[in-house]
Amino acid sequence: MEDFLRFDELLSDEEKMARESVREFVDKEFMPRVQEHVRQDGSFPMELVPQMAELGLLGTNLKGYDCPGLNNVAYGLVMQELERGDSGLRSFASVQGSLCMYPIHTYGTDAQKERWLPAMTRGDAIGCFGLTEPDFGSFAQGMRTRAEKRGDEWVLNGTKRWITNGTIADVAIVWAQTDDGVRGFLVEKDTPGFESRDIKGKFSLRGSITSELFLSDVVLSDENLLPGVSGMKGPLSCLTQARYGIAWGALGAAMACYEEALTYTKEREVQGGPIASKQLTQEKLVFMLTEITKGQLLALQLGRIKDQGNLKPVMVSMAKRNNVDVALQIARQARDLLGANGIVDDYQAMRHMVNLETVRTYEGTHDIHTLIIGEHITGHRAL
Amino acid sequence: MKILVCLKQVPHQDARLDIDAAGTWIKEDNIKFEINSYDTYALEEALRIKDAGEAEVVVTSIGPDRVTQALRTALGMGADRAVHVKDAEIDGSDALGVAKVLAAVAKEESPDLVLMGLMSDDSNASAVGPMIAELMGVPNASSVMKVELADGKVTCERELEGGALEVVELQTPCVLAVQSGLNQVRYASLKGIMAAKKKPIDVKGAGDIGLSGQVGAGAAKTTIDKIYPPPKGEGAELIEGSTGEVVEKLVGKIKELGLL
Ligand SMILES: Cc1cc2nc3c(=O)[nH]c(=O)nc-3n(C[C@H](O)[C@H](O)[C@H](O)COP(=O)(O)OP(=O)(O)OC[C@H]3O[C@@H](n4cnc5c(N)ncnc54)[C@H](O)[C@@H]3O)c2cc1C
Repeated sequence: MEDFLRFDELLSDEEKMARESVREFVDKEFMPRVQEHVRQDGSFPMELVPQMAELGLLGTNLKGYDCPGLNNVAYGLVMQELERGDSGLRSFASVQGSLCMYPIHTYGTDAQKERWLPAMTRGDAIGCFGLTEPDFGSFAQGMRTRAEKRGDEWVLNGTKRWITNGTIADVAIVWAQTDDGVRGFLVEKDTPGFESRDIKGKFSLRGSITSELFLSDVVLSDENLLPGVSGMKGPLSCLTQARYGIAWGALGAAMACYEEALTYTKEREVQGGPIASKQLTQEKLVFMLTEITKGQLLALQLGRIKDQGNLKPVMVSMAKRNNVDVALQIARQARDLLGANGIVDDYQAMRHMVNLETVRTYEGTHDIHTLIIGEHITGHRAL
Repeated sequence: MKILVCLKQVPHQDARLDIDAAGTWIKEDNIKFEINSYDTYALEEALRIKDAGEAEVVVTSIGPDRVTQALRTALGMGADRAVHVKDAEIDGSDALGVAKVLAAVAKEESPDLVLMGLMSDDSNASAVGPMIAELMGVPNASSVMKVELADGKVTCERELEGGALEVVELQTPCVLAVQSGLNQVRYASLKGIMAAKKKPIDVKGAGDIGLSGQVGAGAAKTTIDKIYPPPKGEGAELIEGSTGEVVEKLVGKIKELGLL
């Protein structure tokens, strides 16, 4: 798509190369498969995982332990390209890298890091992140899952719901209440008392696996505890990483919709010429290109700040909130411009549109991010 | 074993192309570029030879600063080092001028194999490969579909008209211009891209390779008079009728024009 504001001039060669390489992979390997998986609901092209790992899409911005160690801008561009394919593809990489590898990398013991990080970046081990519960989403600190210390052991009980990759994960990062506040635990898939089940009937993010986790008297040792953090800071710091990637990812979905709408409206003839020649259409296309361009600049500055180490979570809230919101509006308008063709899965717009409903909800809903920024501005907590 | 791969950077296949004011090329300002697709197969073939045994893979490209990205991509895919020939004096070279530059690089590097694509996506000339071979005084094979190495010799399968294959044996050093599709080209991994930062890119001017005054627009024996999109509408013939009739007429037309 047209680089309207010479955005590429703000990127290094490595950043551009990372983007191009992932774009090519998504176009050639993922796009021919997406329709089939989305039709199945809750299915992900697992056969691509080795190639994704080989490319460096799992734990892209982490350093050491065989991880690629890219900067955050390159990581963001990678997320953009994955979500240009499908939000489910980007979710897979976000969950693995930002929600599972990041906490092990940041809060884990050396043994935990050695055991999991190389295997996870190779795609040999898959992770899932269990924070949300049936009754607690936005207000995650209300969680009922509890870890009881009994001598040398921990005993976990509770239910987690809406957990991406829950049934295919080799290890679940489970957040639970303890006497010292919320702590993170590594629960391996075959641990007695631990079960998982998929949630079916989704309209959105169908090309991704979404599950429930059940923990009944799951016995763990201190080796399973992430020692480096306690309190909500643990899960929230992971979410900040993933939300950063989503701010970029949503733009990828928006770009796919814009490009599809532009091509379609230039080709389809209605009375007196192509739909693109009509003023109402142009207004929509102008909105799309303008918002994508603004969103890119927002995401890029956020990435540069993150690379400098000065990132504040509230900044990420602004980017996640804005970019997902405009992406969803763009997807809806693109769907509209495609007419009846816009409702079938031979075209992408509606798939992105319904996916973005999930993206708007997970990782802090749109409204929750509004309240986070609102509190920053006013000093009044409205949450 | 040393392999030199010649890469051309061409406008990206999705780039919007507008003809420049002089009407002799496209506007190159603010469009995306990529490695000529045919050349990516040549690079992949070189990297496979390297993966299978011992080989140093050197990539080379001619062009302005933007060409660095193509070279870095090749280094990211696994090439060992790069030679970037960058000199305003070379601008406007014809195919022979380009071949002279590449042959001069090849003479300095003295590789066992020089690999490149059969043609470039933008100019479609297929001229440079054979010209380099001629200038170097070494054998050449074009439209190569398969490469096998055995001490001092290369056995190639070449694609002929009508899908037939020809097997030829060449002595090294030699120049091979490969057909697209002879292998599956790898992606530059993110780790590879990071590692590429540390790999050397040698920048050379026309003088450094002994070609000052011999290449560029002044020395070109072929010049582009103009480029233009084919005029709309002319030469099109609408075939009408039932499906059967349309097919019959179309086949008749193809035969009449001697296209089959
Ligand atoms: C496909 C999918 C995958 C997911 N993957 C994961 C995963 O891997 N791991 C994980 O832990 N979770 C995951 N989630 C869960 C997701 O993070 C939660 O759904 C999200 O946090 C919202 O929680 P909720 O669904 O309980 O909604 P609620 O919190 O009940 O919110 C419902 C509505 O109320 C609003 N609201 C809530 N509280 C307030 C308030 N205080 N003031 C004003 N408005 C408010 C919200 O903005 C929203 O509009 C996933 C969800 C989906 C759909």
